[in-house]
Amino acid sequence: MSLNPFGRKQKDRAVPGSMRGVKRDEEIRRTVFTRRAIMYGAVQLGLFGFLASRLYQLQVVEGGRYATLAEENRVSARLIGAPRGRITDRAGTLVAGNRLNWRALLVAEQTSDVASTLENFSRIIPLTENERARVDREQRRRRRFVPTIVREFLTWEEMAHIEVNAPDLPGILIDVGTTRQYPEGENLAHMVGYVAPPSDRDLGSDPILQLPGARVGRAGIERFHENILRGRAGSVQLEVNATGRIIRELDRREGIPGQDIELSVDSELQRIVRGKIEDGTSVVVMNARNGELLAMASNPSFDPNIFNSGVSAAQWRQWTAGRSTPLINKATNGLYAPGSTFKMVVGLAGLDARVVGPGERIVCPGHLDFGDSRFHCWNRSGHGALDMRAAIKNSCDVYFYEVARRVGINRIAAMARRFGLGVDLEIDLPGVRRGLAPTREWREAQGKAWNIGDTIVHGIGQGFYLFTPLAICTMTARLATGRAVQPHLTRSIGGRPVRGTRPEDWPSMGLSDRDLRLQRDAMWAAVNEPGGTAAMGKLPGNLGMMAGKTGTTQVRRVTREQRERGFNVQNLPREWRPHALFVGYAPHDNPLYAVAVVVEHGTAGGTAAAPLARDVMVETFARFRAIS
Amino acid sequence: MSITFERRLLTRNREHNLLEKLWRVPWIFVLLLIAVAGVGYVALYSAGSGNPDLYATKHALRFAFCLVMALCIGLVDIKVIYRAAWPLYGIALGLLVLVAVRGQIGKGAQRWVDLGPIQLQPSELMKIALVLLLATWFARATWKKIGNVFFLLPAMLLVFVPAGLIFRQPNLGTSVITVAVGGVMFWVAGVRWWKFALAIGGAVAAVPVVYANLRDYQRARISTFFDPENDPLGAGYNIIQSKIALGSGGIWGKGFLAGTQGHLNFLPEKQTDFIFTMIAEEFGFVGAMVTLGLLLLVVLFCIYAGFMCKNHFGRLLCFGIGANYFFYIFVNIAMVTGSIPVGGVPLPLISHGGSAMLTVMLGFGLVMSAYVHRHADLGPARE
Repeated sequence: MSLNPFGRKQKDRAVPGSMRGVKRDEEIRRTVFTRRAIMYGAVQLGLFGFLASRLYQLQVVEGGRYATLAEENRVSARLIGAPRGRITDRAGTLVAGNRLNWRALLVAEQTSDVASTLENFSRIIPLTENERARVDREQRRRRRFVPTIVREFLTWEEMAHIEVNAPDLPGILIDVGTTRQYPEGENLAHMVGYVAPPSDRDLGSDPILQLPGARVGRAGIERFHENILRGRAGSVQLEVNATGRIIRELDRREGIPGQDIELSVDSELQRIVRGKIEDGTSVVVMNARNGELLAMASNPSFDPNIFNSGVSAAQWRQWTAGRSTPLINKATNGLYAPGSTFKMVVGLAGLDARVVGPGERIVCPGHLDFGDSRFHCWNRSGHGALDMRAAIKNSCDVYFYEVARRVGINRIAAMARRFGLGVDLEIDLPGVRRGLAPTREWREAQGKAWNIGDTIVHGIGQGFYLFTPLAICTMTARLATGRAVQPHLTRSIGGRPVRGTRPEDWPSMGLSDRDLRLQRDAMWAAVNEPGGTAAMGKLPGNLGMMAGKTGTTQVRRVTREQRERGFNVQNLPREWRPHALFVGYAPHDNPLYAVAVVVEHGTAGGTAAAPLARDVMVETFARFRAIS
Repeated sequence: MSITFERRLLTRNREHNLLEKLWRVPWIFVLLLIAVAGVGYVALYSAGSGNPDLYATKHALRFAFCLVMALCIGLVDIKVIYRAAWPLYGIALGLLVLVAVRGQIGKGAQRWVDLGPIQLQPSELMKIALVLLLATWFARATWKKIGNVFFLLPAMLLVFVPAGLIFRQPNLGTSVITVAVGGVMFWVAGVRWWKFALAIGGAVAAVPVVYANLRDYQRARISTFFDPENDPLGAGYNIIQSKIALGSGGIWGKGFLAGTQGHLNFLPEKQTDFIFTMIAEEFGFVGAMVTLGLLLLVVLFCIYAGFMCKNHFGRLLCFGIGANYFFYIFVNIAMVTGSIPVGGVPLPLISHGGSAMLTVMLGFGLVMSAYVHRHADLGPARE
């Protein structure tokens, strides 16, 4: 008898006899039940097997991956800030430090209504439109549990008000961070620079910048040494639960503070120098032996502390509108023609090329005619026959017209570059301009021809020349020492002196000692001999003697008609008057300090720049004698 | 003839003798249930972060009460139980209607009936009542009758009316399990293949209709199942966190009370629906397999008890109760491993919660009774 568990064939159901039928029926049911039960049991076992294999897949095969995910779930890393390195001057005076900054933070996650919290906050401490906009903006780009700064630099009184009104200010919390402080204010602003909140692009580069109140150097040393000053963020590994509440601290790695930087500048000397100069004047004082900048003043200046808390639109307009440009350091970014201060470079180029002898005399009749053009000496009646020493002492133009004509523009440019003019000085400041020492090729690249007349004009430092006061001071230091010193501001980083503090760190320029001595002697004569053009630069008393050279550079061309009508610069409007320059070093026999002064529209180097340079040099001596 | 005589003799001897009945109680099965509840105690002890007062003690007390109840039921004559099927079904259906009406008035989901110390979910009770009733329905039906559509249709109505009520609660998971348990009863009773095929075909055709009637959160569960990473902090969060907890347990687990996912509350409802995840995180794959093995043994004993029964009623009853527990296990563990949509189905005897334990133990009491009275004769099949 075949019994089909599926019950498809049921031949047996017609079997007669009730007792037998019941028995048959019972047997069929049992058999069907047995088979079906076995199939059902098999399916159950199969499903158990499925669960087991699923668990095997999750726990054994992919266990490692899920373990990582669980760890990520559980552990939340938070950053710890590290203090920014401090900046001091050479005397140890703090010029950029960190001070405690009490601030109100907003944690969006902790309030149901950000807008009303800010509204209530505004009633206690008024927020400007700009501040509201900034909070909204930062709010959007941060995650909801990351705090946003609402207001920094809270006073005790403001904090008390916030605490008292805390119930109305859900999500607002007060915490203390640090902020950058510049005790010297505008005195050193151009060199030290300033910090500002990081931009969106900065944010991705370093985790420390995501901390509330993080700042990035935007100018000066703050920017140049950003990576040294910034320090490294530390982190805490916190165990958090599903709602983000901290359960315990698993691991803590302290941040590494930024390194301190010592500058070569002397803030007291800087203050004295700034006190002596008008707006539009820049002064550079350098250690001639190693290129350390001792003072670098450019008036007007600005207060770097303002950037820290955010510059208002009105403040920005005041800084950028008009001619005074306080944000620009004229000592490193103002470009001026060097005028007669450039004559030593022309002279050296001539001597180096042997187109003029050291004692060779050239006659100055008051002008030089070349082709159709007449090139005037400042002394209309002429200097007569003079050698190079006398030509520098008297600042004769015709002599250097002639030397330039003989040596050619390219050799002058090459000599200028050796003196750091028109090249990158590689100073430790960002955005310093390199200036321009033109060559024939440079002019031709502009599609213009270079004429001998152009060369003649460049012989007295006019024409296309554009140099910064810093570069001119570097030139002076190199003249004084014969070494290719480079200007720099950093004296030590983290207590370790940087290379370049000793004179031997700088290579000799490889110029003839005789030629250099001739220039120095002529510069000494210009200041100290009777009749020298830089006589007002003579140092008083027993300070030793300064050697120097004046320069006066036209900012507008003087036409022939003006000359014939009896031209007098005193009648010109101020902004048309020539710039006044002076370069010098002292003491003459053992050069220590080099100085460069540029007085915008100062009319004449001899009267406007030389006395200022003298005073600066006197103060420099006084200051450093006081220190040592 | 001699066999019939002997059976009658034995049957007579076995009836009315309490001591012998106690002897017949499947103590192995009782031990197995205690072991499963013990696993639950350990897991709930951990879920309470080492505080037994939170869940574990209550669990133990409840289980003790339920076990005594199950043993008492186990001693009740199978014939009494056979006759109790209709009244029990009536009570369960009445309670279902009651919560449905109250839900209508009270707005929102209403699944509970308050019985003082314990809250009862009528849907849980209904599944036991349904198994019991279908076992009665098919127990004395002849083979011919089982082939008769007019005999099957009312039985289907007995399944779908409560399933519909449960679905409307709304409780998708339990209503599906109710239908599945009913299906198993039909299956072991011997209903033919093609009838199942027809019913399943009809069910598939009804899917769009059902889907249209689903609540938003139920739909979200289904769509989340197909793409859990899509909305990690929304409806998919539970599945993802559960998988992370399971997976990070590895082979040996993180150790008792050391499961980070569970203790840091990443794991939702760790004391109820996700208790298995808790076990698997702390005791690893090994612990999960031991637990799964114990649960399998419980289900296998129900099948074994079914085979041991001489009467068809007992067989069907044991299979139905076993199937009910099996579906709890399968749906729950498949749910926490992210294999099927999350559906709020507990793991009775291990999960915290009295309602499921009470009804499951009630069912196991019935199994014990069927086993104790496995030689009982409930009379021949009738046309």
